[in-house]
Amino acid sequence: MKNIRVICELRGIKKYFHGVKALDGVDFVVREGEIHALIGENGAGKSTLVKIMTGIYQPDTGKIIFDGKETQFRTPHESQMSGISAIHQETSMFPDLSVVENIFMGHPIKKSGGIFLDWKKMKNETLVLLNKLGIKNINPDDSVKNLSVAERHLIEIVKALSLDARILIMDEPTSALTMNEVKVLFNIVRQLKTEGKAIVFISHKLDEIFEIADSYTVLRDGHYIGSGSIKDVNMDNLIKMMVGRDVNRLFPKEDVKIGDRVLEVKGLTRYGVFKDISFDLRKSEILGFFGLVGSGRSEVMRAIFGIDSFDEGEIYIDNQKIEISDPKGALKMGIAYVPEDRQQQGLILKMSIRDNITLPIVDFLAKLIFLNDKRELEITEEYGKKLEVKASSWDAPVQSLSGGNQQKVVLSKWLATRPRILILDEPTKGIDVGTKAAVHKFMGELVKQGISIIMVSSELPEILGMSDRIVVMHEGLITGIFNKNEANSENIIRAATGLIKAG
Amino acid sequence: MKENSGKVTQNIKKERIVELLTSWEFLLVLIFIFVIVLNSILSPYFLDLQNILDNTFNFTEKAIIALSMMLVIICADIDISVASIIAIASVFMGYASEVHGAGTTILVVIGVVTGIIAGFINGIIITKLDIPAIGVTIGTMSLYRGIAYVILGDKAYTKYPKDFAFFGQGYIGSTGIPFEFVVFIVLTVVFGIILHRTTIGRKLYAIGNNSTGARFSGINVNRIRLWLFTLNGFLSGVASVFLTSRLGSTRPYIANGWELEIITTVVLGGVSIFGGKGNIFGVIVAIFLLGFLRFGMGLMNIPGTEMNIVIGFLLIVAIMLPNFMAGLRERYFKKI
Repeated sequence: MKNIRVICELRGIKKYFHGVKALDGVDFVVREGEIHALIGENGAGKSTLVKIMTGIYQPDTGKIIFDGKETQFRTPHESQMSGISAIHQETSMFPDLSVVENIFMGHPIKKSGGIFLDWKKMKNETLVLLNKLGIKNINPDDSVKNLSVAERHLIEIVKALSLDARILIMDEPTSALTMNEVKVLFNIVRQLKTEGKAIVFISHKLDEIFEIADSYTVLRDGHYIGSGSIKDVNMDNLIKMMVGRDVNRLFPKEDVKIGDRVLEVKGLTRYGVFKDISFDLRKSEILGFFGLVGSGRSEVMRAIFGIDSFDEGEIYIDNQKIEISDPKGALKMGIAYVPEDRQQQGLILKMSIRDNITLPIVDFLAKLIFLNDKRELEITEEYGKKLEVKASSWDAPVQSLSGGNQQKVVLSKWLATRPRILILDEPTKGIDVGTKAAVHKFMGELVKQGISIIMVSSELPEILGMSDRIVVMHEGLITGIFNKNEANSENIIRAATGLIKAG
Repeated sequence: MKENSGKVTQNIKKERIVELLTSWEFLLVLIFIFVIVLNSILSPYFLDLQNILDNTFNFTEKAIIALSMMLVIICADIDISVASIIAIASVFMGYASEVHGAGTTILVVIGVVTGIIAGFINGIIITKLDIPAIGVTIGTMSLYRGIAYVILGDKAYTKYPKDFAFFGQGYIGSTGIPFEFVVFIVLTVVFGIILHRTTIGRKLYAIGNNSTGARFSGINVNRIRLWLFTLNGFLSGVASVFLTSRLGSTRPYIANGWELEIITTVVLGGVSIFGGKGNIFGVIVAIFLLGFLRFGMGLMNIPGTEMNIVIGFLLIVAIMLPNFMAGLRERYFKKI
């Protein structure tokens, strides 16, 4: 097995934006039949590197060698024609068009004569590709909007194959998938590998990388740190390379004295979404909410925060029944909800850090209705510094920040409302180990100050490490509530997959 | 690291200047100056102060609606029904005056309240039934104008009280400054403050950029949108009072096509049609630019239909320029 051929090689790539270094001499080698993990914290330069490979950016200096020849990818089209396809985090599809139409968008098969489209052939081609990957439950004529996120990912892969891609770049492909869907995806990825495709795999989940990747390349702050075979490293080596120091991977949750009940939810029901949800939350407690994607965890939180309405049930704060009809009402009650989807729900990307952090409290800071710049800046500095937001200026747009820094802005924004009850929905999803540890440490500090936290998470180690109690949901029902000392990965997974029902 | 930071701040300063020089507002001011210089050369009557002040009559009513339309568009909404609101308000005023002999005060109240109700209906349908504003206001555009036609047919209301003429024709004392222009200036200040100095303005930008994110931040998005459409109706009612008073008559096709002229002004002023972007300065420059362009062409006896060609051309150029400028900026920054 020594005949591994190099398909694409990047040498000494440098890229500057407005005089700021994004990549500083990065090497990256993609080989046939190999799954290559591209690893780095947010802002390390992974996305920039991918964009250079896919022709969206051009390197300022450095070489791209493809099939042994030095080349340039001046447009995404040129890169695609060479056989490089990227499958993005947010799948960019046309929801109202069918599977076939999406797959052949941009490169349709035409009938001889070159005017009319040969739909029959395209459909056949689609079926062949789907079959080859062992995907049986997708109908090529279905609208893409009827497919799940996982199925859309698969369609993106089929699309890449229909383009005869030799290199598939997968950017966080598993972040929105359930465990079973990840298994299916990995099987397909392994199959592609045996066919000689090269796969560039980007993920923050190191366990996935060890499960699937053959080799790795680590970037940090735009620098090339190292690469090699995954067999020769362990998780701690990789983390050290990514972060540049040793990081305590254990969750730094300290024991805090847990107080009286602050929140109680009784029989909360939203027809068809969740049913009979009852739990309570105590002062200084971290209550974990675990469940698979689609179990209804986030929907419960949205109802408590007043974004969605509910049909039955009651919510009590300090043993007093409350009515919450909108997020503003929830904020007044001292509840803050940090949503899962930072970009859409958590932030106004084009607005400044300051405007974002002060948005929920802008009315409280104002004199009558007039903006109070001084107070806004004070609050922004206070929380921005506390959470170590790294930015050139508080007036810089949030979209100029890296993912981890964006998450810190989201947290600052909600902490600035001085909540008593903080709901965190997937607080560390898609952020790097360094920031993740910072977020966990910070949660520990918050509960020490008497704040109660509900943490929704799909990551078992995080749930087990951080929570005082764990609520598990399955298909809209609570299937178990565990104390810290009785919870283990086995009984939680059993509850989350519906193998046991709550009594 | 230390020695770099000085260079970086210098670069940031340079970037700011380049950004200012390539900004939309700066370009508008340049075009505006160009129009004034060109007009002054071409016509000796152009730079006469009273001429200029009297010329404001031709665009003040549209300019007033452009102010609230600016807020609507920043909020990523649109209102196509404004000209029809002028029509229906004008017809109600004409009916009250001609058939029932209503006095000036009553007429003003009728005009303004009709505008408020029409705008409120727009807002209620859009927010409660969750239908896109463009669909709803295209519908009410036909509806309101249709009601005006049904009531008035091919007749015209022409009997208005004498003192009603003041709103659209009167001057402040003996200064020669039109009353409606003064109202517009006051409203400009108020809207500038609302948009840039109050929490309402901040929320409008937030909604226009990302309404989901705004809602998650505790902003009552739909309530703000409802009041915004009502406000737009209110100013359309005010404009209807001024226009009806100025013309001294009401015909059902009054203010025909104004909705597009108003939206054109706002977009020319640099307000993104996708929402979340724009400022009052740009819109004000655009209002005066278009006003003076028409004035100058009028002085040269260029007919209205041909003016439209020039304005259409200007709009296309203005829409192309930012992309062109962004290209220039990119090229400049690549060098540093």
